[in-house]
Amino acid sequence: MTLTDDASQAPTAERRQDRRHERDVALPRWMWVPAVVGFLVIALPVLGLLVEADWRRMPELLTSDAALAALRLSLETAAASTVLCILLGGPLAAVLARGRLPGLRALRSVVLLPLVLPPVVGGLALLYLVGARGLVGEGLRLAFGVTVPFTTVAVVIAQTFVAMPFLVVSLEGALRTAGERYEAVAATLGASPALTFRRVTVPLVLPGLMSGTVLAFARCLGEFGATITFAGNLQGTTQTLPLLVYLQRETDDAGAVALSLLLVVVAILVIVVARPRNTEGLR
Amino acid sequence: MTGRDDRGAGLAASVRLERRAFTLDVALDAEPGEVVAVLGPNGSGKSTLLGVLAGLLLPDAGQVRVGETVVTDVGAGISVPPHRRGVGLLAQQPLLFPHLTALANVAFGPRAAGVGKREAHERARELIADVLPGLDADEMSRRRPSQMSGGQQQRVALARALAPRPGLLLLDEPLAALDVDATPAMRSLLRRVIRDAKQTALLVTHSALDALVLADRIAVLGGGRIVEQGATREVLTKPRTPFTARIAGLDLVPGTACAEGLRTRDGTVVAGRFDDPLPEGESAVAVFPPSAVAVFRDRPSGSPRNVLQVRLAAIEPQGDTVRLRAAPLAGGHAWVDGLAADVTLAAAAELAVEPGAELWFAVKATEVAVHPAAL
Repeated sequence: MTLTDDASQAPTAERRQDRRHERDVALPRWMWVPAVVGFLVIALPVLGLLVEADWRRMPELLTSDAALAALRLSLETAAASTVLCILLGGPLAAVLARGRLPGLRALRSVVLLPLVLPPVVGGLALLYLVGARGLVGEGLRLAFGVTVPFTTVAVVIAQTFVAMPFLVVSLEGALRTAGERYEAVAATLGASPALTFRRVTVPLVLPGLMSGTVLAFARCLGEFGATITFAGNLQGTTQTLPLLVYLQRETDDAGAVALSLLLVVVAILVIVVARPRNTEGLR
Repeated sequence: MTGRDDRGAGLAASVRLERRAFTLDVALDAEPGEVVAVLGPNGSGKSTLLGVLAGLLLPDAGQVRVGETVVTDVGAGISVPPHRRGVGLLAQQPLLFPHLTALANVAFGPRAAGVGKREAHERARELIADVLPGLDADEMSRRRPSQMSGGQQQRVALARALAPRPGLLLLDEPLAALDVDATPAMRSLLRRVIRDAKQTALLVTHSALDALVLADRIAVLGGGRIVEQGATREVLTKPRTPFTARIAGLDLVPGTACAEGLRTRDGTVVAGRFDDPLPEGESAVAVFPPSAVAVFRDRPSGSPRNVLQVRLAAIEPQGDTVRLRAAPLAGGHAWVDGLAADVTLAAAAELAVEPGAELWFAVKATEVAVHPAAL
């Protein structure tokens, strides 16, 4: 990400330098108390995992066949779903931000549905749509002999369903912030809409696209409810890391904790990669 | 590509566009190589007009011709998209693409037109050197917009707008967002690369100075229509609408022509001179410069003068002089509202008045010019 470095990095550093001399005028002191409690609500459970972990058995727990298969499946399906989110969600965000159709507002609320819907409900909905007797599923089965539920494809569909809104919201915000003024200028310079999209729009919203992609990837990685409902829990085929953690918890606490820590590490990696752009947004 | 190699493509536009609040209904021409200033109060339709010419807004009716090409003809269903019109735009903000260097910004237009990379960069470097004289062109070419001052950005934006060699260049208040220090130099740069280079252009501005320096002709827009147009000097020295008078820094009193000069609606006669005789009763305006107004605390006696009693509304410092703004006295003449008198600092100090004070404005009849009114 060298794109906006010149634009945003230097002023940020300066701002930080200047902060030493500034006095709080917008932060009532009492707010520190609930703020600290709020922080602990998030941080303590993760800390608890670290305390609970059985570090001596860790290598063995993390390298079990089931664990390796789940990790691999998780990464593969999350990557596939994220690509799908970009390919479908990117244009969707562009249409929502730039389209001039009436009724787009209503469409946007539909797109946001997976954000607020319990994932289990999403999984059920998918099952009834693409299941053996479902609206689309029956057609697929009769026409091609294909059944989707309880396959790796189902995992990808479930993850795409829940994760796409993250990418769409993030990217749409970036598109709106960037506005259409740069595109209008590009047009008056002789650039066709396709060229403008490639050379102006995409570079301008790249930070938003990146943070949206990372958010979507993280959401895919953590997907549980829709996956277990729509894809089941078959080792090597549909058993992703969160599903394995849940299963292990009933038999082997130490194993569940170890796998959970693995997910925490992956999550932290994702945040570290995404955070600077994500919080600064588009300049 | 319309008029790509011909800097003066000429413009003939006659468009109508209805918006909720107002209707733009304008016929405007520009000769090849001519610069036309479009003046008008906020909300008069200037931006809408530019949007229509650039192809960013679709008019409800009318035609736009740039050079020999009809780019808009609502009746015939012709609407050439913005990128194929050869109509460039320089806005108030530079709007340089933040992710590209100055060089890539300027080369953007030629590249979009299919010019090879090397040639486009060559042309861009020349333009950058031209708009940023006295600076290292190679060094400036490598900079990102965020590494340049606002004035430098606007200069590069000008180079970028010129790079595709547009048949018509639209300038939307190109000096309005600049620092006071950067404005004069940018104004002379515009004069050099637009007016002297015979680049056909439409300049939207609020400044009489910009119009005087840059434009051959002025069109004044009001309420979506052209209310006044003509040669720059003509319009600015003989304004026919209060807006143009204010832009030109002149005092204007509306009324009808009479033998002595002008009769206001409340029957007051303002003595003045006619450059061209006007039939009695024809709608007219009396125009005089604020510097011709003498100000007194007590009613002046003698001499054939126009003497008006006013209330002092505001004191505006203007360099070496002070502008005194008039407001009507209770029950006095309403049309004195906003009239200005320029006096020296010393004279203002001697008057020792505060807003609210009652004053006398006096103007010699020979200083008052009576013209036919626009409306």
